[in-house]
Amino acid sequence: MLPEEMWTLKELFVYPNEYIYWSAQIVMYPFMTGLVAGAFVLSSLYHLFGIKQLKEIARFSLVLSFALLMVAPLPLLLHLMQPQRNIYIFMTPHFTSAIAAFGVVLFVYASIVASEIWFLYRKYIVERSLALKQKFGKDFADSIRYLIYTVLTLGSFDITEKAIQQDRRAIRILAGVGIPVACFLHGYAGFVFGSVKANALWMTPLMPVIFIASAIVSGVALCAFTYIVAMEIKKFRVSHPKASEVQASRQKMEGIETRVVVITVRYLVVFLIFSISLELLDLVFRGYTAVKSWDILRNVIYEKDFVNIFILQYAVGNLVPFILLLMPRLTIRRATVALFLVIFGVFMMRWNVVIGGQSFSLTFSGYMSYLMPMIPRDFETYKEGLFGVLTVVALPFIFFWILSRVLPLFETTTPE
Amino acid sequence: MHVLRPLYVVLLLLGIILIARVFIVPKDFGVYERGYTYGWHRAGNAEDWKAVKVQYKGRDYCVACHTVQGQQISTSPHRIIECENCHGPAADHPLSPKKLNIDRSRDLCLRCHTSLSYPGSMRSEIKGTNPDAHNPGIQCVICHHPHQASKPH
Amino acid sequence: MALGFARGVCEIFRPVSLEASATPIRWAFLVDTQKCIGCGFCVKACKLENDIPFNNNVSRTWVERYVLTKEGRTYADSPKEARNGFSSSRIDLGNGKSQNIPGENIDKAFFVPKLCNQCEKPPCVQVCPVGATYQAADGVVLVDRTWCIGCGYCIMACPYGMRFFHPRYHVAEKCNFCYHRISKAMEPACVLACPVGARRIGKLRDSRDPVAKIIETGRVSVHKPEYGTSPQVYFIGMSYEVR
Repeated sequence: MLPEEMWTLKELFVYPNEYIYWSAQIVMYPFMTGLVAGAFVLSSLYHLFGIKQLKEIARFSLVLSFALLMVAPLPLLLHLMQPQRNIYIFMTPHFTSAIAAFGVVLFVYASIVASEIWFLYRKYIVERSLALKQKFGKDFADSIRYLIYTVLTLGSFDITEKAIQQDRRAIRILAGVGIPVACFLHGYAGFVFGSVKANALWMTPLMPVIFIASAIVSGVALCAFTYIVAMEIKKFRVSHPKASEVQASRQKMEGIETRVVVITVRYLVVFLIFSISLELLDLVFRGYTAVKSWDILRNVIYEKDFVNIFILQYAVGNLVPFILLLMPRLTIRRATVALFLVIFGVFMMRWNVVIGGQSFSLTFSGYMSYLMPMIPRDFETYKEGLFGVLTVVALPFIFFWILSRVLPLFETTTPE
Repeated sequence: MHVLRPLYVVLLLLGIILIARVFIVPKDFGVYERGYTYGWHRAGNAEDWKAVKVQYKGRDYCVACHTVQGQQISTSPHRIIECENCHGPAADHPLSPKKLNIDRSRDLCLRCHTSLSYPGSMRSEIKGTNPDAHNPGIQCVICHHPHQASKPH
Repeated sequence: MALGFARGVCEIFRPVSLEASATPIRWAFLVDTQKCIGCGFCVKACKLENDIPFNNNVSRTWVERYVLTKEGRTYADSPKEARNGFSSSRIDLGNGKSQNIPGENIDKAFFVPKLCNQCEKPPCVQVCPVGATYQAADGVVLVDRTWCIGCGYCIMACPYGMRFFHPRYHVAEKCNFCYHRISKAMEPACVLACPVGARRIGKLRDSRDPVAKIIETGRVSVHKPEYGTSPQVYFIGMSYEVR
């Protein structure tokens, strides 16, 4: 039995070759790029527009965006039937295909984020390199650290005021240029779906816009969520006898944390409203115009996928956090719950688009159900199953932690 | 100017990709008759497909040796069915495969001879039977000769 | 490559297909649904000719059955893509379920063979990110098995559901009019196998070709023209119920 046959349940009249080919990992990919784009936009709100209240979370978001970016190609690699040929996208890109944009956009975006991080941390990197160079009795770990920081300097040790000014200017430019590129990184994923005229659910010019809007929502939410988690860890360390190098008291940290989260949440709510409006507009339009595909789509949206769409995505993932975030006197705890639900809501949106679009047959007279493999029995059921999804979800945080060992997230003695 | 250093790294990576391209991309990969949208490919592939081995040879190939069976079936309504439909593709027979399959199963006959009364379809014109009622489980060829269907076996 | 991309951009404004073609051959297919008896030998021949595992539930071609009842309901199925023909009056409803429609209840019923349309404007080729699938000058759309990365975008893009992943080679696969046969003046396997002449292939723009004559002068239709793909498989006796 073919793997795609294993997790597809066909009902009524479905063409013989139709299966759910784009399964769990294809749901994960736009989810990941959305988080990447959203995190970057949040960071740019400070670095480009100078919104001072977001200063604390700005560099945090940028590093998180990079960690997410490093994992973003993984769902695609896991999905490809011939992953070892993935470089062909860079070798012979067919730009009439939206997927071919992946090569260019990834490369450009990665360059921008990496460069911006470099400029942001350059002073710290140079200082660390010089300090380690002069240190006597370097052990193995120190030697590795010295090597890393020296390589990261890219050969420049100039940290005069003039150089730092240039860095600041570069950050501003990159933050500005990066926003449209980040939007393109996720917008093209929306175009990948929206331009498929063969798929009645995906085909809409609104798709790239909906994707970008919900991407920003998810990215901002994830940054705020991770920021809260990181701050809680910091606070725990401070109150714990073995204190870290951070001097601020618990009270002060809580004050900063609440302020940052409240401001971040305001931007989140704006994008959330925009994102929901677009999706509802699309739904209303389809029902009103009622083209040939409407009968089967109506069955999929209002009956088969009712729980997935209206309960999980709109109610639990959008409405509930909306209410939670708009209620007065927002607390960290309430914000954490709301943010988690928002991220879940965006994940369900990706699921409902990717899987939902394959829930009906091209015949418009049959259905397909997706039975995601839960327990991995072989590599196929692992990579396109629950554990494959969990791997992709977990890895960015692991990379993020590793990056935070090299580039501190809450350092304040840097050009900003 | 230290500001340009990241750009140098990016250009270096780009250079590596462009150099790799020279080695990885086949020389005949390019834009052909149907333009960039529909004709962006490795030209040699069309020849690869043309070189695929033919499996089905057609009746003339079979009756060149199997004249008796050819004769038998030529007067039967079954003459419209290619030999290889029931016996499988000739390929390089008699070299490979040495023998072709003689499928005596009921299912083979029931493809056409399960009676389906479909108004407007040629299927209704075929003499058929209800497989569940007419000697279920027994091979059709025990009574019916496939090459001379109108004659009793 | 940059030149190719620039040409590609220009093609949005002036598609190549508008230019008068210099090629003498354009393959086209003719399906006569009024002749098809649902024997399924075409599907069997296709699989055996083209190295598609017989017992896997995918095929380059298949036959559909439509049964319209007196109450006005339409039933359609393609049990195991018709590789074993239609040997039961029970309609396959998927998931192990089936339904018997008694003969006296049937207004009309017929069979429709389907295969890749080798569209003049193939959306599957447009969306290939690496140039692994392409259209040859004679109109047949081919897949380069050595270059396909297996992303599945072409499979998603085909409005007719013609494409699939080859169970052994793990790359995109589809009907190519038996390119290795037609290039040697042989018929595609399905055309050879069909006992009743429901499947025929011809060359458009060839004045001596009988199939081209029928397409040019007869009442024929194509499948799902609304997608703008300009399909080159023509049907006689196509009915509005056909999905």
